[in-house]
Amino acid sequence: MAGRAIKARVIFGGRVTSEVLFSDKPLLIYGGIDTPSGIVVERGHPLNGCSIQGKILVFPEAKGSTVGSWTLLQLKKNGVAPAAIVNASCEPIIATGVIMARIPCVDKVDLSLLKTCKKLTINGSEILVDAL
Amino acid sequence: MKKMLDGELGSGTQIAAEMITALAKIYDADGFLPVKSSQISGVSYKNIGEAGIEFLESLRSGDARARVRATLNPCGLDLDSWRELGFPEAFYRDQARVLDAYNALGIEMTCSCTPYLLGNCPAKGDHVAWSESSAISYANSVLGAMTNREGGPSALASALTGFTGNFGLHLEKNRIPRQSVVIRCNIESYLDFGTLGLMLGKKLGQDVPFITGLKKEHCTPENLRQLGAAMAASGAVALYHVDGVTPEAKKHAVSIKKGEITIPSMEISELDEIVDVVPAKKDVAGALKVDMVFLGCPHYSRQDVMDILEGLRGKKLHATLWIATARTVKKSILEDTDLTRQLDPRIKIVSDTCIVVCPIDALGIKSVVTNSGKAYFYLKNNESLAVVYRDTQACIESALSGTVAIGRRT
Repeated sequence: MAGRAIKARVIFGGRVTSEVLFSDKPLLIYGGIDTPSGIVVERGHPLNGCSIQGKILVFPEAKGSTVGSWTLLQLKKNGVAPAAIVNASCEPIIATGVIMARIPCVDKVDLSLLKTCKKLTINGSEILVDAL
Repeated sequence: MKKMLDGELGSGTQIAAEMITALAKIYDADGFLPVKSSQISGVSYKNIGEAGIEFLESLRSGDARARVRATLNPCGLDLDSWRELGFPEAFYRDQARVLDAYNALGIEMTCSCTPYLLGNCPAKGDHVAWSESSAISYANSVLGAMTNREGGPSALASALTGFTGNFGLHLEKNRIPRQSVVIRCNIESYLDFGTLGLMLGKKLGQDVPFITGLKKEHCTPENLRQLGAAMAASGAVALYHVDGVTPEAKKHAVSIKKGEITIPSMEISELDEIVDVVPAKKDVAGALKVDMVFLGCPHYSRQDVMDILEGLRGKKLHATLWIATARTVKKSILEDTDLTRQLDPRIKIVSDTCIVVCPIDALGIKSVVTNSGKAYFYLKNNESLAVVYRDTQACIESALSGTVAIGRRT
C-alpha cells in the first residue's frame, strides 16, 4: 500500500517504525512520566495511565521543569523510553534529552495530519504515514 | 569552540561542545555567544538517578571544568539536617555522589532555585544559559537578562564551554510579545499570582505574553517569582512582560500602541478555583489532618522567612512546617538564638532542597498544604498524597492547628 511522507525538522536522526501514542495536549515530562515504568502520571492529562515505552510519542510541545532532559535519559536507561518523539514545536529541554538518550525526534509537523495514525515510520526528516 | 570540538581541551569539554553545537544547528543559530553564567538543574538523585551520574562522570573523567560562573539547583535533601528531617541514609549517599560530581566540574554548591538572590544575578541584556524553569522566567522577565529554557544538561554544557548558540530568546525578535493578556480582576496576594500563573501557563504554552491590568504595588519580586514559577510549570513560559513593571515592557507597549505589533488578546475576568487533591481512599469528613505545611517554592528570601518566623514566636505547632530557602539564609537565621529558642521545634528552616525534588514518600508525608502554585502543580501528580493550596495565612493556621478544612476536591 502506498503511504505518504511528511517533511519535518530533525532534532535527533534515526529510523524507526512503531505504534503511535498521540496527544493534542502539551506533555509534562519531569514529574509527569514515571521513570521506572514509563507510564504517564500527570493528573488530568488525556494520556494518564498510558505507557510510552516503545511508542512513537506524538504531542505538540513539552511543558514544565527543565529536568525533563534528565527524565528522558532515565527513561532510556530504564528501558521504557519512547521509540521516537514527534512534536509541533520541540524546545531545547526535549532536544537536549533526546540527543543524550539517542531517541529519534522530529518537529515542525502539523500534528492534525497524524491524529488518526496507528503506526508511523520516522526516517530522518521524513515521517511515513501508512495509507489507511 | 573549534578547539573544544576537536578535543584539544579534553574529552569532557568535547562532549559539552558537541551538545552546544548540536542544539545550535537544530535551532539554526547564527553562531555562538559567550555566556556570563549558568544555573544547572537536575541535582536531586531522585530526578537524575544512575543515568545522570553516569553522564556527569563521563564529563568529570574527561577533565571538564566550568569556564563561567555556574550555580546549582536544589538537591534531594538538606545537607546539614537530613537525618533529623527523616531522610534515609542510602539516599544521602547517592545524593552525595551527584554533588561530588558537580563539585569536581567546578559548579558552586548553592543548591537553590533562586541564584539571583545569591550573587548569580545577571544584569539587563546579559546573555546567560540557565535551566530551572522558575529562575529562567525571573532572569528573562524581571531582570531582563537573556536565556533560553535550557534543559539541565545543556545549561551544564554551556557552563563547561562558556558558550551557547545564538537563537531563541537571545534574539530580540523572539522577545516580542505574541499574546496580550488583559487582567480584569483583582490580583493582589501571593496566592492570586500563583493561581493566575497556573491558569496562564496552560493557555500560553511557549508564548510570550504582554500582561496588562496588574497593579504595580502588587507586583513585588515575591509575587512575580510566584507568577513566573507557576506559568513555567503548567506551561513553558520563559519570558513575560508586565505593563509598567518589567524592564522590557515599555518598549513593547509603545510598539503595540503604534500598531507595529498586532497580537491576539485574551481576558482574565475571574481566577480559576484550584481544587483540593485528596486520594479517593482517604476518609476525610470536612477537615484533613496535615502532615506538613510547605512554604518556599521558589526558595524564600531572608525577608520572606523572617516574616513567617516573627509571627510564630512562642506559638505551638501541630503540624511540621518546612520553610525552604538557601543555605546562607538558613545559617544566618539560625545564628539568632534569641529568635530560634522561641520557635516550636516543628518549624524547620530547610535548605538545599524543596518538597518538589526531595523523595517525599520516604519521609512518610501523606498530606501537604502549600502556598506555592508550582509546588501544588507537581505534588498533585503523586497519587498517595493529599495536596491543598491555600494562602500564606491559611497555611500558617494549618501549621498551628494541624488540620485544614477541605473544599471542592478531585
